Amino acid sequence: MSRTQVYDLANGDVRALNQQLHELGDADFETPWRVLHPKGAHAIACGISVPVHVVIEGHAGYYCAGMNQRAHVEIDGNCGVGVAENLMSGSVRVRGHASQSAGASGHGGLLVIEGNASARCGISMKGIDIVVRGSVGHMSGFMAQLGNLVVCGDAGEALGDSLYEARIFVRGQVKDLGADCIEKEMRDSHREQLALLLKEAEIDADPGAFRRYGSARRLYRFDIDHVDQY
Amino acid sequence: MCGIVGLYLKNHELQPELGALFAPMLIAMGERGPDSAGFAIYGDEAPEGSIKITLRQSGREAAWSEIADALGEKFGDPVTLSVNASYATLKVKSDETALRAYLDEQHPELRVMSIGRSIEILKEVGSPASIVDRFGVRELAGTHIIGHTRMATESAVTTDGSHPFSTGMDLCLVHNGSLSNHNRLRRRLQAAGIEFRTENDSEVAAGYLTWRLREGDTLKQALEAALRELDGFFTFAIGTADGFAVLRDPIACKPAVMAETDDYVAIASEYRSLADLPGIEHANLWEPEPAIVYTWGREAA
Repeated sequence: MSRTQVYDLANGDVRALNQQLHELGDADFETPWRVLHPKGAHAIACGISVPVHVVIEGHAGYYCAGMNQRAHVEIDGNCGVGVAENLMSGSVRVRGHASQSAGASGHGGLLVIEGNASARCGISMKGIDIVVRGSVGHMSGFMAQLGNLVVCGDAGEALGDSLYEARIFVRGQVKDLGADCIEKEMRDSHREQLALLLKEAEIDADPGAFRRYGSARRLYRFDIDHVDQY
Repeated sequence: MCGIVGLYLKNHELQPELGALFAPMLIAMGERGPDSAGFAIYGDEAPEGSIKITLRQSGREAAWSEIADALGEKFGDPVTLSVNASYATLKVKSDETALRAYLDEQHPELRVMSIGRSIEILKEVGSPASIVDRFGVRELAGTHIIGHTRMATESAVTTDGSHPFSTGMDLCLVHNGSLSNHNRLRRRLQAAGIEFRTENDSEVAAGYLTWRLREGDTLKQALEAALRELDGFFTFAIGTADGFAVLRDPIACKPAVMAETDDYVAIASEYRSLADLPGIEHANLWEPEPAIVYTWGREAA
């Protein structure tokens, strides 16, 4: 029989909550957690290293679910700057909107944002997959190195600026592309990969409706002919 | 890092509770700005032909009743006086120029903190929680209010360096961010006759708006000009007689979140400040877009 562990932030602090989550052993991570009254507090459910399921019931603040491995964190609300920052593995799902720098420098795992994400979504991502049902703000995918950024809505200015090897898929309008980011051919292999990602993210969208963007690879290896772009 | 908060009441019945709703918003931004705090509250308008001025004593205790009596004698009508800590707000039947000239001559020891028909700016060094207590913020009534908590980066922690900054009749500015071209801009504005009291970058932004408005810009035009001329990071909230305006720089590193219900429009640097507002769980919540001037109030600018 599965119980649920309830932690009410109205009567406790984030540090003690995170400590309890860090101390979960092999035996007790199967019990799901509910976190009540987050009220925009920072760094909720960070640094977890077991595959525990945590639901945050309300709006979370900065750096929610950052640096996690294997955990599954769900935010039933909006979240502030840097959700799932430096995620290593596992998943994070935001039912509402996410502020700036969602998934920043994430190494792995899956971040799903059911609303919109604002500026710099996926900045410096290093292997994380990010699926946004809504739109993303300016400078999204800035210096993104590895992983997939999927945007079902529109993308703001300077998408994929100084991009390395991450892939960006956008279904809606792209306001403009950043330096060294170009549209690339959408091959069958990309559509297949995108279909899997959308399925995993539980987002209903036709992979055939997306365009793919990637690095022109002119900027990250120094080339004297492109010196004006640096 | 600094904190910005603002609350505009759409529902007039909430006006007696403005301070009570606002106090936790300001305190919640204490971690973003523990050095000083301040606010501009609007309401209790001076009658047509009169102006409302908020003065701060420096050093010795001011004899506010005598000052009010003398002002009444000079301008020929009884003066309304209300004292709050080291501040006093007076309603005087005069115009700005004549009143400022009189105060400069008779009371150079007093600082004019704000002038208009509705605005009162109160600010001090200290934690936001202590400022809330000192000025009895929870008991204040009004139509709207904007506040600031400061973590000083560029210049000294003083009352003069605290926000809001008055930028003209019924206008004020609060700033989260830092400007990089403020020294050059300050010299340019000084040449145009704008006075500065501190080395503070935000005071330059306020002076810039004062100058643009004096040159005939609307608030929206002045803010659009600021986007071109101010180099640096900023989220601004600008208090006006009718409401407030919000502007973020095009890079938008400095945060802002807005909430709107049938009862109010609120802004804060972080959601934490909005979390205790009534009905927030059903409010429309969003981040203002970069480089777009937003205005709320009885008449949008």
